[in-house]
Amino acid sequence: MSAGFHELEEAPPLMTSRLEGDLLEVSMGPQHPSTHGVFRMNVALEGEIVRKLKPVFGYLHRNHEKIGENTSYLGSMPYTDRLDYFCSMTNNWAYALSVEKLAGIEVPERAEYLRVILAELTRLQNHASLLGFLLSDMGAWGTPLMYAFREREKILDLFESLSGSRMMCDYMRFGGCRCDLPPGWMERARKLVDGFPRFLDEFEKLIVSNEILIARTQNVGSLSSELAINAGITGPMLRACGVNYDLRKVDGYGFYPRFKFRVPLGDHGDCYDRLMMRALEMRESIGILKQAMEQLPAGPIINPKVKLRAFKPPVGEVYGRIEGPKGELGFYLISDGSANPYRYRVRPPSFVNLTILEDLCLGHTVADVMVILGSIDIVMGEVDR
Amino acid sequence: MESLEEIKARAERAVPGAKITIVPNPGPANQPSLLLDNEHATAVVQFLRDDSELRLDHCSNATGVDWLDRKVSKKVKVKKVVEGEEKEVEETQEDLFPGYLEAVYHLYSMTHKHGPVVIRTRTKDRAEGARLPSLTPIYRSAEFQEREIFDLYGVRFDGHPDLRRILMWDEFVDYPMRKDYREPDDYEYEPTPHDEVLEKAKQHQSTRPELDGAEKLTARS
Repeated sequence: MSAGFHELEEAPPLMTSRLEGDLLEVSMGPQHPSTHGVFRMNVALEGEIVRKLKPVFGYLHRNHEKIGENTSYLGSMPYTDRLDYFCSMTNNWAYALSVEKLAGIEVPERAEYLRVILAELTRLQNHASLLGFLLSDMGAWGTPLMYAFREREKILDLFESLSGSRMMCDYMRFGGCRCDLPPGWMERARKLVDGFPRFLDEFEKLIVSNEILIARTQNVGSLSSELAINAGITGPMLRACGVNYDLRKVDGYGFYPRFKFRVPLGDHGDCYDRLMMRALEMRESIGILKQAMEQLPAGPIINPKVKLRAFKPPVGEVYGRIEGPKGELGFYLISDGSANPYRYRVRPPSFVNLTILEDLCLGHTVADVMVILGSIDIVMGEVDR
Repeated sequence: MESLEEIKARAERAVPGAKITIVPNPGPANQPSLLLDNEHATAVVQFLRDDSELRLDHCSNATGVDWLDRKVSKKVKVKKVVEGEEKEVEETQEDLFPGYLEAVYHLYSMTHKHGPVVIRTRTKDRAEGARLPSLTPIYRSAEFQEREIFDLYGVRFDGHPDLRRILMWDEFVDYPMRKDYREPDDYEYEPTPHDEVLEKAKQHQSTRPELDGAEKLTARS
């Protein structure tokens, strides 16, 4: 999938003298425009080469899990929006799916279709803005990010007209969704989906064969598939290494088995593959969206048997997971039969994906660290919880 | 995928001496788990990962659970001599189950695309015995997640390469996810001088030897 330009000649070193053998410790972050939030890395440098890297986080830690254990099941739903604040719809879905598994709740057909539509819209806007941020990190200052945000804005407008909020949607409920589509929503969504490939064409033209981008991303931060599997990497980052593992196919949750889509795979596992993975996944998402919008049935939006107030699931435990835009987002719940969960655990994809940050960065320059970190796609609200 | 009983039987055959118990999970979710003994846990997990039929190569989730001391009362019929006559009398007995900390892992297979197999390990108690074998040498994905369990629950993982606090700051004393955690009124520094607030802060800052430092643990008074 790479577009040539593999053998770029290595430039001769500009600095002829450097502190041989001496390591310089640099603390990158926590306040840095390209750390995507408050995130710090303690880096040991030899010249400009990274020899050691320890990520430090917890600046946004608010013990989300403890709060979840002290509120009712429904009370945690708006709080899941704040985990990965780019993708509140998929966070809602993962939590609702886990509770539905725990209590054995069925979801009406229309609600499942709406969930698929909203999750794929979330994926579109997450991947688009990630590409924008990544290009911004690499020095394409502003313009690509604004292109991406222009499209994201349209999707957020759709979310707002549906749920009342642009980013903190709090839209899903156990056994369905909170409210039905407002009049005219579907036409607007269709228009957006029809127009989206034009944006993708334009954006891909900007990035795919750009010489600077290729020089900055190809063979940077390569990840082997063995390490990726062992380190629990999920999502586009895993598939960039060539491992075919997409929970939409593997678990077949929701109504995903009803839709035809392909899972894009990379083969080098470097930053370029990770970047292209997002661009290709957006095209597949558009395909899913078109099918789902065509098939959307009429009917109830929520299972009427579920009592949302004083909701008490039976005793037991469950681990539910979905394919979020960043990777496998899971919720582990233990119920002791009361109104609060005994244990409420979030398995955040970006937290686990950060495990191998050091392995990716070793031997690369400081400037590459920012590109590698950007290509992992982290949101600190989810990492720190 | 084969049933949990078959996995248990095969693992016990592969790792001699291993004691595996199936922990049932009532409710519609139906995800029962395997409880491993601490001595053989790493060997059993190694078997689960490398066995060609199972190939559970993806450790998706690792987390801790805190179970407090529980008292379970039950009614027992006891024979007693009352006023010279032998009678059957009903008495309530209270059984005390000492608390423990648990680490739960969810394993999947990326090769065969099946799962989950849930495994759990239990500590002896919630104070100085809160030690478990680390699975980080087998699954790299457990590295940060086990650090998080240590940080929030105070479970020490033997064999973990870099066991430090991860979400809380290094000077923090207590383990906030434990069920008996007492919240300070001010996380940042000394107590503010108000009556109620001062009392609360004193309560938090009173010495709790079982929580100071990793190695200086003494029994809970």
